[in-house]
Amino acid sequence: MFDYAPAPESRSIVDLAPSYGLFIDGAFGEGKDTFKTINPATEEVLTEVALAGPADVDRAVAAANRAYRKWSALPGAERAKYLFRIARIIQERARELAVLETLDNGKPIKESRDVDLPLVAAHFFYYAGWADKLQYAGFGPDPRPIGVAGQVIPWNFPLLMLAWKIAPALATGNTVVLKPAETTPLSALFFADVCRQADLPPGVVNIVTGAGETGRYLVEHPDVHKVAFTGSTEVGRQIARSVAGTGKTVTLELGGKAANIVFDDAPIDQAVEGIVNGIFFNQGHVCCAGSRLLVQESIAEELLSSLKRRMATLRVGDPLDKNTDVGAINSAAQLARITELSVIGAAEGAERWSPACELPDRGFWFAPTIFTGVTQAHRIAREEIFGPVLSVLTFRTPAEAIEKANNTPYGLSAGIWSDKGSRILAVADQLRAGVVWANTFNKFDPTSPFGGYKESGYGREGGRHGLEAYLA
Amino acid sequence: MPKHHKTPVVVADPPRLAVRKTYKLFIGGKFPRSESGRTSLLDGDNVALASRKDGRDAVVAARAAQPKWAGVTAYNRGQVLYRVAEMIEARRAEFTALGVEPAEVDAAIDRWVWYAGWSDKIAQVVGGVNPVAGPFFNISAPEPTGVVGVVAPPSLLGLVSVLAPAIVTGNTVVLIASKAQVAITLAEVLATSDVPGGVVNILTGRAAEIAPWLASHDDVNALDLTGVDDAGLAIELERSAAGTLKRVLRRPVGGADFAADPGLRPMTALLETKTVWHPKGF
Repeated sequence: MFDYAPAPESRSIVDLAPSYGLFIDGAFGEGKDTFKTINPATEEVLTEVALAGPADVDRAVAAANRAYRKWSALPGAERAKYLFRIARIIQERARELAVLETLDNGKPIKESRDVDLPLVAAHFFYYAGWADKLQYAGFGPDPRPIGVAGQVIPWNFPLLMLAWKIAPALATGNTVVLKPAETTPLSALFFADVCRQADLPPGVVNIVTGAGETGRYLVEHPDVHKVAFTGSTEVGRQIARSVAGTGKTVTLELGGKAANIVFDDAPIDQAVEGIVNGIFFNQGHVCCAGSRLLVQESIAEELLSSLKRRMATLRVGDPLDKNTDVGAINSAAQLARITELSVIGAAEGAERWSPACELPDRGFWFAPTIFTGVTQAHRIAREEIFGPVLSVLTFRTPAEAIEKANNTPYGLSAGIWSDKGSRILAVADQLRAGVVWANTFNKFDPTSPFGGYKESGYGREGGRHGLEAYLA
Repeated sequence: MPKHHKTPVVVADPPRLAVRKTYKLFIGGKFPRSESGRTSLLDGDNVALASRKDGRDAVVAARAAQPKWAGVTAYNRGQVLYRVAEMIEARRAEFTALGVEPAEVDAAIDRWVWYAGWSDKIAQVVGGVNPVAGPFFNISAPEPTGVVGVVAPPSLLGLVSVLAPAIVTGNTVVLIASKAQVAITLAEVLATSDVPGGVVNILTGRAAEIAPWLASHDDVNALDLTGVDDAGLAIELERSAAGTLKRVLRRPVGGADFAADPGLRPMTALLETKTVWHPKGF
């Protein structure tokens, strides 16, 4: 095995101010309280951002309501041009935004550069084109926007989740108040600057930074008409409860515990790549991660030894290094959660394995880990770990694989590996999951609807389907 | 010759005593009484008054029937639903005898036929191939949400307008009806129309008593509140449904207009979108 020389991406392209205010009505203002955001790979403080309180959220929602009248009345073709502008500016500033995302989130630069940013730009480009074609989208001859959307997004794909929320909302004529996650507020604030560069009218996009309380105040605000949330199933339940009787419409994209099913006729090398991509992509901080590997018993031994060989080549470390495969865990709290569930996994009798891998001294790190001998009763087979931890279960027949795959309250995604087309289609039919990847995993596209069954939430983001959530 | 000859008294035949109908529940294709033994007097009939246990039994029946109903071909589901329309037509006198206006029976039949035709068309209208930027086959198709709890409006047209869109796509239903006679007469139509047992289960009784148990039930996937006219109850049910993240169809503001074109929403609200990816390559 060759050693790799470090190939660090320069961070000088990102010019961080010592502090950032809230972006309301087209301008950055001050916040009364602030909090620090750190680089999870080094624990270095990157900058300070404002902590939005109720009065700040009130101002943001009021600005969005004022802007709504003109924005919703603008011809679709004009709204489209703003969104095309935003898409272009993102493409031009992609390198800067990718480095920023990696600094604030801890994900490898390879991913923010090659996955997140291209998808962000593509998402705006895709929905831009819808803005003047809504009457052909299949939601009636005269689809209308809803009003002000309150949007709360997670920390795992900060800018991409922002794009999934803001692009369709604006294309359909809504205005937004968006709250980025507490640990990853920076790319949303840089996006605010993109909006300014695009001359987007003030108040159409408002960014309020803060923690859970800020988000709760936003989604429960009486002058918010539409709520969109991506995050944990527990918070999703609270939101669904809070909107009862309000007339607000909601889309929720929540947790998952996806089964990645490998049949005995699967191409093993490709399946191993898919398993690795499924669970170690983005440190496993992916709601649709393939966190339960279901492998047919007859090939389990062969597959696991291939998987372990492959895992031993994963490079864990400096997220800004262009060679890095697995970056930093996003926060101390998330690291504690992953650590806790892993300890429980071993205590409940599953066998834990990680490749030998040196982890940096500072920052939050967790080595890629698999558990074998996992049963369906184990907590690591039932609960979302949201980290680089794979639970391996076996099965004998397709019926057993389907039964086990569906034996979860979640239903976001699933994977199937087999060379037999008819088997893939039959199994895909039976899986209760919103996205099924067959002989691939963790693929995303602006045209492809994404969202869950059961307790993984409701509504779809992406594609024509993604418009529905923002149309009355 | 007998001394006293008695001439038999000639009386007219007595009027025939009608055989009355007993209005019971409809669960798993059968017509059981409420396990609680309760009835209530409604327009002169003792109708079954369903309990929460009846609700749970109905969910079990609906869950058991769901995979098979979703698994039959769309063409077949369309045929079964069309048969339902035929049977309502055949029994229209029963509905009018219950006080349903003939025009409403017409509308209910026509609505049912409209939905029957959707069975093998909705997937093409709301699904399709997604042009992803890569060498992948990527397709989205609708699938039924699963078991749907319905608080039904009292009218025949209202009943049909919430029931048909739920089952045409492969969902199964537990429906709470306040107007027992109309609902159970519709159940008799369903029972004689090749609709498999358990696809539609009808509980006659009080929504406020039974619906909370459907709203919190882990094995119910969606809740249709179209027939809830008590705003407080609607909020309570929606909050309870959040516990398992059920899809909730709220009652339209000002009540539903069943005479209007329903659009796709009554069907799409009870559908999930599944997107399947597969690489392309030689």
